[in-house]
Amino acid sequence: MERLSPLAKTYLVLVFAILYAPILYLIFYSFNSAGNMNDFESFTWEHYAAVFGDSRLIVILINTVLVALLSGLLATIIGTFGAIGIVSVKNAKMRSVLLSLNNVLIVSPDVIIGASFLILFTFIGVKLGFASVLVSHIAFSVPIVVLMVLPKLLEMNTSLIDAARDLGATKRDVLMRVILPYIAPGIFAGFFMALTYSLDDFAVTFFVTGNGFSTLSVEIYSMARTGITLTINAISGLIFVITVLVVVGYYFVNSRSKQAKVGR
Amino acid sequence: MQTKNSKSALFPYAIWIALFVIAPIALIIYYSLQDLEGNFTLANYAAFFSTVYLKMTLSSFWYAFLITFFTLLVSYPVAYLLTKTKHKHLWLMLIIIPSWINLLLKTYAFIGIFGLYGPINAMIEVFGFDPQQILFTNFSFVFVSVYIFIPFMIIPIFNSLDKLNPTLVYAARDLGASSFTTFRRVIFPLTIDGVKSGIQVTFIPALSLFMITRLIAGNRVITLGTAIEQQFLVSQNWGMGSTIAVFLIFIMVLIMLFTGKNSKGGRA
Repeated sequence: MERLSPLAKTYLVLVFAILYAPILYLIFYSFNSAGNMNDFESFTWEHYAAVFGDSRLIVILINTVLVALLSGLLATIIGTFGAIGIVSVKNAKMRSVLLSLNNVLIVSPDVIIGASFLILFTFIGVKLGFASVLVSHIAFSVPIVVLMVLPKLLEMNTSLIDAARDLGATKRDVLMRVILPYIAPGIFAGFFMALTYSLDDFAVTFFVTGNGFSTLSVEIYSMARTGITLTINAISGLIFVITVLVVVGYYFVNSRSKQAKVGR
Repeated sequence: MQTKNSKSALFPYAIWIALFVIAPIALIIYYSLQDLEGNFTLANYAAFFSTVYLKMTLSSFWYAFLITFFTLLVSYPVAYLLTKTKHKHLWLMLIIIPSWINLLLKTYAFIGIFGLYGPINAMIEVFGFDPQQILFTNFSFVFVSVYIFIPFMIIPIFNSLDKLNPTLVYAARDLGASSFTTFRRVIFPLTIDGVKSGIQVTFIPALSLFMITRLIAGNRVITLGTAIEQQFLVSQNWGMGSTIAVFLIFIMVLIMLFTGKNSKGGRA
């Protein structure tokens, strides 16, 4: 392997620094007692206390997590069965039509999804609020679940199913005890992606949320539009810590399961 | 696979497609043909082809192009150098982490960084210049957008570089190609698919982002996305908003066709 030149190293370090600088900048000033992002006066936890002391913010946080978990769960169910259904379609043309339709929401810009869902909900007469946000999140998470589950289904050896049927398994048994366990990694990956999609979404929620309901992204947007509030900094500090913990945990679990496989 | 049972699995999924893929697009087209009173009209399309909207579309394109260009310029070397590091997947992970932090938080950070009393202006003052208005300029809009898109551009390029067979590069070098020629004739053509997906995930959102323009560019930059948001949520003119959306979908399809992987054909 060739060594990286000093110039190359400097470039990489510079890009990494730029990528992390804004995040660290936010977190650094989240401890600033002066209440702005320019002069660091003295260390304080007060902005973190403000996050936990603000019951409205806590409700929004719970809403955000609730929408993410519920939409992730429902999207995973619809998407998994969708993927099983797509695989059962033997007509190649029909299958590729289904796959293209599946990908429409993945490539569509958020604004389009948000605007068209707003029209849809108004047209049907759904009241904007928790329900419309939840349904939208399910809707845009389904295709990514399908994409995560599909490769697992395609690599599955069909003789496994034939064997189960020959041995007297009912259709239900085949699904529950052969297919689902086999594609489980894909299902989990899909659920995880659906969660991140939901937690990350701003634009779609912004369109379909009514006056009474808000998620964290929408709340941050309206706070940021009024200027600088160090409560936002404290929120970013918390989110950053949670993200890093999840990543480290994922890395740890991943390398352990790899070791377990090697050890077998 | 037992067909009948699996076919019924398709049922909720088919409803999802009908309700959230086909119906929304149909409704957008339907609304684009209506005026504010709900009468059938082509006026929205006529309005779209007026100079105001064409100018806006062009400038939106120009900004999306600039953003994509600079993102690619920064990201390709990063992806290339990453594949040369020892623990490349760990480094890639470190690139991905910032992309998981909420978009709005990162954008918000730049309100402080580019502010009149922020660190950039403090640095400018150290060098003896007067503080500049950086926020609410075209520059800040392009910079923040490039910053946001860098990880999304790096990932597909990294993946295609990672799959590249290194012996091809050695062969080119052994046969006397300079490192630039090797890059131009071997490495870049073989990783073009990664570049294309990177452009796809940058250009289309760059046309349609509206929160960065609102928070960072003030109202100096109007993208197609900003215009749609404006029409839908501020002016409440859904007809015009839908018309712009129809064009955005149209442009999106064109870009997909343009940057799509051609599985057939190509060089033998």
